[in-house]
Amino acid sequence: MSPVLELDRLSLSFGGLRALSELDLQVREREVVSIIGPNGAGKTTVFNVITGVYEPSAGDVRFAAASIAGRPPHVIARLGIARTFQTLRLFMNMSVLENVMAATYGGTRAMPWESVLRLPRARREEREARALAEEVLSFFGQRLAGYRWDQPAYSLSYANRRRLEIARALATRPRLLLLDEPAAGMNPAETHEVTELIGQIRDQRGVAILVIEHDMHVVSGCSDRVIALDHGVTIAEGGFDQVANHPAVVEAYMGRHPEDLAGAG
Amino acid sequence: MSIDPQGPKVGADEWVARQAHRREYLPSWLGRAQRAGERIGWWPRLAVAGLAGLALPLLGLGGFQLQVGIDALVIALLAVGLNIVVGWAGLLDLGYVAFFGFGAYGYALLSSPQLGANGIHLPYWLSLPIVMAGAALLGLAVGLPSRRLLGDYLAIVTLFLGEAFVEVTNNVAPSKLGGPNGITSIDPIRAFGVELTTNESYYYLLVIVVVVTMAVLRLLEYSRTGRAWRAVREDPLAAAAMTIPVNRVKLSAFACGAMVAALAGTIFAAQQASVFPTDFDTPILILIYAGLILGGTGSIAGAATGALVVMVIYDGVLRSPAEASILFYGLGLLTLLVKLRPWRRLAAVLGATVALGFAAHAIAAAISPSAVAGGPQSTGLLGGGLRDWIIVPANPQTAGNVGFVVLICLAIALVQVKGRWRTILLVPTIYLAAFVWETRLVNEPSITRQLMIGAILIVTMIARPQGLLGQRRVEAAT
Repeated sequence: MSPVLELDRLSLSFGGLRALSELDLQVREREVVSIIGPNGAGKTTVFNVITGVYEPSAGDVRFAAASIAGRPPHVIARLGIARTFQTLRLFMNMSVLENVMAATYGGTRAMPWESVLRLPRARREEREARALAEEVLSFFGQRLAGYRWDQPAYSLSYANRRRLEIARALATRPRLLLLDEPAAGMNPAETHEVTELIGQIRDQRGVAILVIEHDMHVVSGCSDRVIALDHGVTIAEGGFDQVANHPAVVEAYMGRHPEDLAGAG
Repeated sequence: MSIDPQGPKVGADEWVARQAHRREYLPSWLGRAQRAGERIGWWPRLAVAGLAGLALPLLGLGGFQLQVGIDALVIALLAVGLNIVVGWAGLLDLGYVAFFGFGAYGYALLSSPQLGANGIHLPYWLSLPIVMAGAALLGLAVGLPSRRLLGDYLAIVTLFLGEAFVEVTNNVAPSKLGGPNGITSIDPIRAFGVELTTNESYYYLLVIVVVVTMAVLRLLEYSRTGRAWRAVREDPLAAAAMTIPVNRVKLSAFACGAMVAALAGTIFAAQQASVFPTDFDTPILILIYAGLILGGTGSIAGAATGALVVMVIYDGVLRSPAEASILFYGLGLLTLLVKLRPWRRLAAVLGATVALGFAAHAIAAAISPSAVAGGPQSTGLLGGGLRDWIIVPANPQTAGNVGFVVLICLAIALVQVKGRWRTILLVPTIYLAAFVWETRLVNEPSITRQLMIGAILIVTMIARPQGLLGQRRVEAAT
């Protein structure tokens, strides 16, 4: 089976700084892949290149076997890659429901005058967008229950804002979902919930998922495969236990053991 | 407040959410009225407002009042259009008034003896779509910088483009555009055998156009397009990641705003029967913005209400010294009543101010009769009441100028001190403000009305930052 997403010798430089160098990465259909690595390893940069925020300096990004490198973000989103943001980027002054419905823009076609005149296509699309929004919000059960839908997004708690970001991303009907630290700032119970949620999204919606996460409970709980990055290079890849105990990963997080340093010197 | 036994438990998530929602409303019967109003829905409310507007001339408006109403409605239409660009798409467009000018000049050229041997005299149903389509194209062109420029930078570039319109109409092709003399003898609006010639007819037309535009925009606001505009305002990067083509959406906001402005321009030109470059200069832009901000950016009803309030005060009330005085003292007193607590402090300040006035007047009169020779400039009952209270010297101009500078110093001192000293300093400040008003400002409506609009805006923004009808908004912490 061909991979949904394939990064092929992907490099990105900001001036003299090489943020990513010759990175290879594959995500297959219905697979959950985690990216781990210390701060500044280039994890979020990978997301930004995939979603078109940055254009790669070299190499290629292929989505469903077609190159998407250098295409504008909204086109990439329409092709089926949705993301959430590490620093929450909700539409704060719009209602919860509107946040999700705004993400159906790419899937709808009604022109402004059709909306004003309430022509059939506009009405049908509006109905469908609302149904889709309600469906993805229902995914979170009581957490984003109906009474919250008309409230502005800024009134939500931190954890609920993270959930709303995921709901909004799902409303673009993605084939690949990029989650940037979905459990950041959550308590242990909520973290556990996120772990289960990632599995549910994959199972029920058939989405491939790429997760950046620092919480190793989440990483071990949800991933089929783990990739460790440091300085924009893959340093380890494989199952969770394999990667977590890999000497290069331990070194990246902890530094080198003093005795080894002495030996090297 | 009673707790609904069927509702969620106190302190639970849902209860907190509903409590926050409840606090959005005003206390007591005002809140109940607000809620009742919201249950009615938007279109009956708009219809009632429109009918009230249509019924207003039945009270017997004079020619002046009718003209004020027409001007106010034109600015309201402009504010509603500006709300698309500024309130929804979040693009600070300071060249907006150029679209108004484009609409007016476009209509003027298509409906006057200006072009060709006998001129072009198109019926309105033909000239309006041409002008609006042209304005939309112009809007796209002016909006192009918004692809790259954000915030202040976009504001400067659009301000430049707006000024360029004034320069072009002043200097380019004077035989066609008329230069500083503008275009005169423009046809009235003519379509389907109807010709609008009286001010009443333009008033009715404007009420209908404003109401219809508001309805159209309301339908747009909660559609796919409106959501995209607001999403781009909230967070362009997230909007792009959610399938919204940010640049195209920004340009469409510019084009829609420009079309509304051009519509206002055509009616303005037809009603005035003449257009001049100065009609489309920065002062009009400031009035539109003042209305939009006062009413609440992002709210259609707010934009229209704010513009109507600003224009009626600016053009209607503040032109005559007597009415301006009532507004000045009324607003001052109202601010004191609302802001001074407890009641003892309020009574002390008011009492002390009155006593200070009479004492100062008596002392000044005893020392030198010429010091009180001027008499207050306010006329009528108000002037009579103030005669023995306020000192107006024989040469009020100089005294007023000095007083104005001292007043500003006092106001600055007032915000620096705290507690009892502030209360004590407040008394001479109020008296001095009245002094400056009576000696100088009341007879200078051209200056006074700018100051008063500024003061009203400042007070409103302090009391209610979201504007009269706006929704509270949070700024994203980025």
